[in-house]
Amino acid sequence: MNVIAQAPSLGDFGHDPWWLILGKIVFAFVVALLGTLLGVWFERRVVGRMAVRPGPNQLGPFGLLQTLADGLKMAFKEDILPKSADKVIYFFAPAISVICAVTALSVIPFGPMVSIFGHQTPLQVTDVPVAVLVVLALSSMAVYGIVLAGWASGSTYPLLGGLRSAAQLISYEVALGLSIVAVFMLAGTMSTSEIVAAQGSTTELSLFGVDIPAPGWYALLLFPSFIVFFISIVGETNRPPFDLPEAESELVAGFMTEYSSLKFALIMLSEYVAMVTMSAFTVTLFLGGWHAPWPITIWSGANSGWWPMLWFFGKVILLVFVFVWLRGTLPRLRYDQLMRFGWKVLIPISLVWIVILAGLRTIDDWDTQSRMYAIGIPAGIVLLAALFWPSRKAAPKPTLAEQVDNRPPGSFPLPPMDLQVPPSPRTRRMVAEREPANAPAGQDSEEV
Amino acid sequence: MSTSTLLAASGAVSGGEAVTFWILAPLALAGAIGMVAARNAVHSALWLVLTMLSLGVFYVLQAGPFIGMVQIIVYTGAIMMLFLFVLMLVGREASDSLIEVLRGQRIAAIGLGLGFAGLLGSGVYRATQGSTPVGLEQANAGGNVEGIARLLFTDYVFAFELTAALLITATIGGMILAHVERRKEDKRDQVATMKARFAPGNYPGPKPGPGVFATSSSVATPARLPDGRLSDRSTPDILPVRELTAEETTLKGTEK
Repeated sequence: MNVIAQAPSLGDFGHDPWWLILGKIVFAFVVALLGTLLGVWFERRVVGRMAVRPGPNQLGPFGLLQTLADGLKMAFKEDILPKSADKVIYFFAPAISVICAVTALSVIPFGPMVSIFGHQTPLQVTDVPVAVLVVLALSSMAVYGIVLAGWASGSTYPLLGGLRSAAQLISYEVALGLSIVAVFMLAGTMSTSEIVAAQGSTTELSLFGVDIPAPGWYALLLFPSFIVFFISIVGETNRPPFDLPEAESELVAGFMTEYSSLKFALIMLSEYVAMVTMSAFTVTLFLGGWHAPWPITIWSGANSGWWPMLWFFGKVILLVFVFVWLRGTLPRLRYDQLMRFGWKVLIPISLVWIVILAGLRTIDDWDTQSRMYAIGIPAGIVLLAALFWPSRKAAPKPTLAEQVDNRPPGSFPLPPMDLQVPPSPRTRRMVAEREPANAPAGQDSEEV
Repeated sequence: MSTSTLLAASGAVSGGEAVTFWILAPLALAGAIGMVAARNAVHSALWLVLTMLSLGVFYVLQAGPFIGMVQIIVYTGAIMMLFLFVLMLVGREASDSLIEVLRGQRIAAIGLGLGFAGLLGSGVYRATQGSTPVGLEQANAGGNVEGIARLLFTDYVFAFELTAALLITATIGGMILAHVERRKEDKRDQVATMKARFAPGNYPGPKPGPGVFATSSSVATPARLPDGRLSDRSTPDILPVRELTAEETTLKGTEK
């Protein structure tokens, strides 16, 4: 085991023996599958807790095997092929989604250089100079799975879901790409392992005389990009509150309405794998990858050997929790709100932020005084404009009595404004006669 | 950069590259032929996607990873997806007819296409015959992406900016053509909508559903008011309110 923290560079890839490559691929695949198995369980448990109920807790310890049981049950369900479906495309569409979601894990760095049976190798299947673009390309190809599933089903609700997802995913991909540009500008590379390495350097933050080593994570340095990126990946993975393609209150189940059995399982799998993959991608780009967070870095061995994998998966689980949290908290957006938010809020913010960042990078090597001028004058102008921006004066609101008086003749009759409704004697009697709704908790009220 | 760069620079074809080429080249060709031959527009688009993906991999093989990925993201991911978006709206049953509008155009097109491919192929072959590829190593010296960036922002910055301006102009033109201008006072906000709803003369409740009191589920079946009259509020504006015949009210099979 090496003890020195060693961040791999692009030259470290491509020297592995075949069994090591195979092992890494199997590992990434297992991460995807386990991520789904545990992710569904995790989501149901956490949403359950948020809704003040226990969630699945019967099969296995803490209900861990519930997803496995559900998956097995799904495999034995009847596989329905709609009469009007386009058979070949209907068959292949879920596979496209799954393949794209799983393949993206191959460029995610799970850890630094480690020694496996004497081979020094990075904990990453492969890396290319354009690894981030590989993930983007795969996520743009995953759209095909959803769109084609909707189209090939041959009925209305799936088609509407497919059309929605096509428009939504393309819109949010733009914001996603723009927010990554800031990372490229700071890291100077598009390879995932080098982006992680670039976030390894810590900056000392002096606060009240105490030096706190702040991580050089891009989530802190590029906070606006991080926020835009995270919102975009929620849209990109069709997770609530952006799950318009499968909005069950409007479209039954959207693009997957006609799917059943294993094909439906594949669609579910791709959704959860995409969630894990995108969380891992966020960790890689913005949260320092496998680098340990601050209190752990006091221990000098935190960033070497196999430990970083623990920090990495800890961060991934944290982000998956945020995904679930969003689902448990936010109601679904309306479709026009979703599109307006993507095009009129996220993309302009990203563009302005990129311009500001490029400006800051340009004046990096100026002397202090001209730098002050370059930052201070535009900032002052913006502040003054915000201060003296003419605000619209609201018209005085007519009182209730005025509103009532101004109603045109023939309006709906209103009760008198000072109407006192006497309490109904019947209501009181009925309440008194009813049994209490909540019976005292007995032995058998254990949550099921 | 990996070994493929160096091999491509020296003009040699590695085993892996040859294998990939001979797997993907037939696929790319099959995609192109399938695109022309497919009757269904969406199938055509998907065949084209196959060709584009194969081309993307070819670019990566030829030591141009950036252009390969951009090919997949932009062409396959965005442009073809927009095509598909439009095609899906056309409907699933819409297939090309086999009737030739211009007599003999298929034969002529095949002949001309083969002739053009032959001319182009032989021209490129003769032009590159005997020349040794040089300069890829230098071009990719600081990394492929960095090399492209340097060229775009130094030698070709004017052409790049012009292209960008052209694209922006086209986009804005498209938006202006498709945009319906609505003045601010024409837009009814929620408060105004509610006021109009409860204004005297307007019934604020929901409209009666068609066919509620009738024998049919057709939207053309008007609802009946309590006094037996037919309500014209229950049918779409373009449909006249009338009694339907028994034949019209029988349920129609929706099975295809």
